[in-house]
Amino acid sequence: MNVSRRWLEAFLRRPLEVRDLTERLTMLGAPVDAVEPLHADLTDVLIAEVEEVRPHPNADRLRVCRVNQGSTERLNVVCGAANVTAGHKYPFAPVGATLPGGLRIEKRKLRGETSEGMLCSARELGLGQDGEGLWELDTDATPGTRLLDALPIADHRLVIDVGPNRPDLLGHKGIARELSASLGVPFRLPTIPTLHGSDVPPMRRAGNAGNVGGVHVAVEDTEGCPRFLGAVLRGVNVAPSPPWLAGRLESVGVRAINNVVDATNYVMLELNQPMHAYDVARLNGPAIIVRRAVSGERVTTLDGVERKLDLEMTIIADQSGAIGVAGVMGGAATEVTSATVDVFLECAYFSPTRVRLARRTLGMSTEASYRFERGVDRWGGVETLRRCIEIIQATAGGTLLEAPIDVGPGPSNPPRIFLRLSRVAQVLGLEIPIQAIEHYLVSVGATLVPKPEDGRIAVEVPSWRPDLVREVDLIEEVARLHGYQNVPAELLPFRPGRLEEAPIEQAASLVRRGLVEQGCFEVVSLPTAPADGTDSVGLLNPLSSTEAHLRRRLLPGLVRMVEGNWRNQVVDVRLFEIGTVFAAGQPGTRPREERHVAAVLTGRREPPHWSGSGRDYIDRWDLKGCFETAVALAVPGGAVQLEGDRWIARNSQGEIVGEARALEGDAPPWAAPLFGFELQIDPSPREPVRYAPLPTTPASERVFALLLGPDTSAAQVGKLLRNAGGPLLESVSVESDYRGPELPSGSRSVAFRLTFRAPDRTLRDSEIDDVEERMLRTLAEQGIKRRDAGAHGPGEPT
Amino acid sequence: MSDSTGYPDLDALLPRLEAIPSLGQEALAVENTAVLGRKQGILTAALRSVPTLPVEQRKGYGNAVNQLKARFEAAFAQRAEVLAAETRHRALADVDLTLPGRRRWVGAEHPVTRVIDDIVEIFRGLGFTVAVGPEVESEWFNFTALNFPPDHPAMDMHDTLYLDASAIAGEQGGRLLLRTHTSPVQIRTLLTSPPPIRVVIPGFVYRNDPFDPSHAPAFSQIEGLAVDEGISFVDLKATLVHFAHHFFTATTKVRFRPSFFPFTEPSAEMDVECQLCHGSGCPACKGTGWMEILGCGMVHPAVFENSGVDAERYTGWAFGMGPHRITMLRHGIPDIRLLYDGDMRFLAQFVVGQRDCGSE
Repeated sequence: MNVSRRWLEAFLRRPLEVRDLTERLTMLGAPVDAVEPLHADLTDVLIAEVEEVRPHPNADRLRVCRVNQGSTERLNVVCGAANVTAGHKYPFAPVGATLPGGLRIEKRKLRGETSEGMLCSARELGLGQDGEGLWELDTDATPGTRLLDALPIADHRLVIDVGPNRPDLLGHKGIARELSASLGVPFRLPTIPTLHGSDVPPMRRAGNAGNVGGVHVAVEDTEGCPRFLGAVLRGVNVAPSPPWLAGRLESVGVRAINNVVDATNYVMLELNQPMHAYDVARLNGPAIIVRRAVSGERVTTLDGVERKLDLEMTIIADQSGAIGVAGVMGGAATEVTSATVDVFLECAYFSPTRVRLARRTLGMSTEASYRFERGVDRWGGVETLRRCIEIIQATAGGTLLEAPIDVGPGPSNPPRIFLRLSRVAQVLGLEIPIQAIEHYLVSVGATLVPKPEDGRIAVEVPSWRPDLVREVDLIEEVARLHGYQNVPAELLPFRPGRLEEAPIEQAASLVRRGLVEQGCFEVVSLPTAPADGTDSVGLLNPLSSTEAHLRRRLLPGLVRMVEGNWRNQVVDVRLFEIGTVFAAGQPGTRPREERHVAAVLTGRREPPHWSGSGRDYIDRWDLKGCFETAVALAVPGGAVQLEGDRWIARNSQGEIVGEARALEGDAPPWAAPLFGFELQIDPSPREPVRYAPLPTTPASERVFALLLGPDTSAAQVGKLLRNAGGPLLESVSVESDYRGPELPSGSRSVAFRLTFRAPDRTLRDSEIDDVEERMLRTLAEQGIKRRDAGAHGPGEPT
Repeated sequence: MSDSTGYPDLDALLPRLEAIPSLGQEALAVENTAVLGRKQGILTAALRSVPTLPVEQRKGYGNAVNQLKARFEAAFAQRAEVLAAETRHRALADVDLTLPGRRRWVGAEHPVTRVIDDIVEIFRGLGFTVAVGPEVESEWFNFTALNFPPDHPAMDMHDTLYLDASAIAGEQGGRLLLRTHTSPVQIRTLLTSPPPIRVVIPGFVYRNDPFDPSHAPAFSQIEGLAVDEGISFVDLKATLVHFAHHFFTATTKVRFRPSFFPFTEPSAEMDVECQLCHGSGCPACKGTGWMEILGCGMVHPAVFENSGVDAERYTGWAFGMGPHRITMLRHGIPDIRLLYDGDMRFLAQFVVGQRDCGSE
């Protein structure tokens, strides 16, 4: 909502300082998003008096003027305007000034005559459409006075962020009311220049139909239009608006059109009641009918677009059909033009939901629809229509032959709300005296009903405040006007919450920390993706047609991020994401949501270093190790297994919950191999790690180099060794995996390091020999032989 | 060096003791052998000769030899240490020690995660625990229960992404959508847990907004809810001021101003002093000196009524803020899209320990 400082000043009859104004409105709940000084570009323009006008010796259409611009010497100015007259004052741009639009004034010669500045029209100053001649100033200001100091045109436009609950703040009057309450000063409507007394008679009430000034008015859709006021002005003189009216509109960024249309716009911006003016001569009937659109009906709106109407829309029609969309936009066929003589004025309350529906269906939002959607003052129409008639009569003339018509049900009692003082204290946590509460409520237009009851105030809320519905709404008003800054911020004792920490968040934190320790960077990506399998969940209104589904997996998004890094010539990429994935449920049920973790790894294993370390690339074993770590963190009791050329993770129930493998991407030739995994995070509680007593006895180690055939895996052998080793075998680890021509074909040599220990004594070699023999026997039964005679002792190579 | 009796004159050795600190590597070894050598060492010989002395001299002379021997030993050891240090130093002088050190890869949480963690940590200290809820919601949870009037302009701020799926039947159902805020978790918490309630709710929320420098179709939000008897606007202000003073600095100025949310009343917006210009006005705060940090308010009685909580007995307050936006403020990130790109060059900037600080 654009607001003019000057307009507000006219309401409050006092100057307003723009910083204070901004601060006050912000603290009242109408934050000022921007302040734009208006006409600041006219600071160089002065008032000058033309003392003498003589014809230009070398040009018929130019004149040479002697200009008094406040200094002792007189200037020579060449001027092309026909209306320049000696003895009159005009805006004057001296040499060196810059006009709106960037024109810089310089001393120059025009057909042989020197010109030292420029006399200006209103249009040249950005102050209206009138560019026909110079702007003749009716002012007592002495020559040399700055134009901005002499004329009431310097202004500030405030852009106010009005919440959807406060339609009353979409008019200057509503904002003036708030300021009046805040400043403790009265406010009233600005006077209309050139209006001498008002003779608008009271409205005539009619049921659902009636006549006004020869126009038949009927409201058929009383749900879409509960109230409709109409008036006819005959014999208006449609013309450009006077400067005060055009200036007001332009100060808030609305283009002036003509005095009739401008009057309707003026009252909308002042009183938050949109109006519409029709050319009676162009109304078929003449009639104005408010009804639902019929099937196939169309209308060409003011913007020249033909629009298809639907049955749910409330429209304005004449005898021939639709002439406007109620509360959204009028039609081109009946608009007021310079040829218009008789005007029908519409001032209605259209149903917010119906206007909203039409606005959404048509995809067009207008100043009018914006206000109707939020709810205009249901009982404010009378004041608006009267003021609009007065402005038209003051600027365009015209006669009101008949009292305006008021179609709709009569006024009902305003809603009454009871406000308990105890509840104010309970919600706000502070005691506010009843006198103060009453004062706050009255200052924003509420009526207090004398109804002495224990600690309760009966409040009738004003019709322009549709947001005041229940007690708590009044408590907010009290808090707002008391000032949030006046509520103490004292930390009081509290009872801690009883809820447990969400297990999934705790599990996710654990996994996150683990992967950061692995050197991975966490990323966040959008959860939309192309369809991925039959149980992908689709979106009804996706932002992009290529990503119209919710993701089933995180990994594809991470691969795209790796590709983005490759495009930036980044080799080393280690990313992970923890996020939600979605799978369709049964029809009529929610989709399944799972929290996943996924990671992608490519590039060097360590940062490259001048000493030569960090030249190796991440390989599948890095992937497997990282995956094993992630499984340990994400899936309590989970296990990693081999399946084909990838590893999978199973949870303790044996379900597959993740996989790790080499990945394909759109890789440049220099890219390192890409690996990745994805895993479902198990929220079940993590048991704390149990302490294992530290050994008090020495360990003994042996290394077996075993010849493994093509069908034997290290994991199988490890299991055999562990089973055969018995209680003295503490651990088994793989020392090396060797293939070479000296080995029997198809076989390889895998060395296992075995650690033996007894918790209560130092083992004798003979004890270990026994175990070793048992293990070798077990292996031999499986056809696995030792490659060498065996070596003893830790660290000895085999 | 012995006197006529054949016993070494111990006093004559003192100048040699004092000369040790000036000996070089080789001279030190020679002198060591000469004085302490197992076969020919002067003091070794002197000790050997003690039993041959008259009984009354044995003790005194023996003690003197032993003391002197200890002094020589200490002096040799000290000199050896000094020489070794000099040698080491000479060896190092050949290496260019300004060459870079060897580091390991380090990873990092997303900067937004860190902001969320910091926020959660402050509220944990105030008796809050973390709660979560689903990202797909029914209209009832996302709008109706939160007192959004049906078909009202308040919905325009929540441009909603709907699922292409059949609606959920029942009282708490309606069309399925991606939640537009974390507030539905308020309803879920109120429905299942009796007060006192103190929860913070981090999570992803969705809007039908295309990407631009300050908007994203999905972003994180963190919600807070406190419900109990006797909770008031004073508690709301106090708690959130406490938060601001811990999250920013203890002297950061904070202000509350009226605002509108369908599910709170009174509603407020909390601003903190602009962290860049500290209140004097700059482009980042549009010249106001303030930055909008969170929306908050007292829980609307309609929300309690919709979730079966006695609105007369209990009061509560709630807040919601956007960690993505706070992250941008904290680090001066100009474009929200950087937070979604997964660009290693961007992410690595937030690893403080990995920075090249131009060391020697």
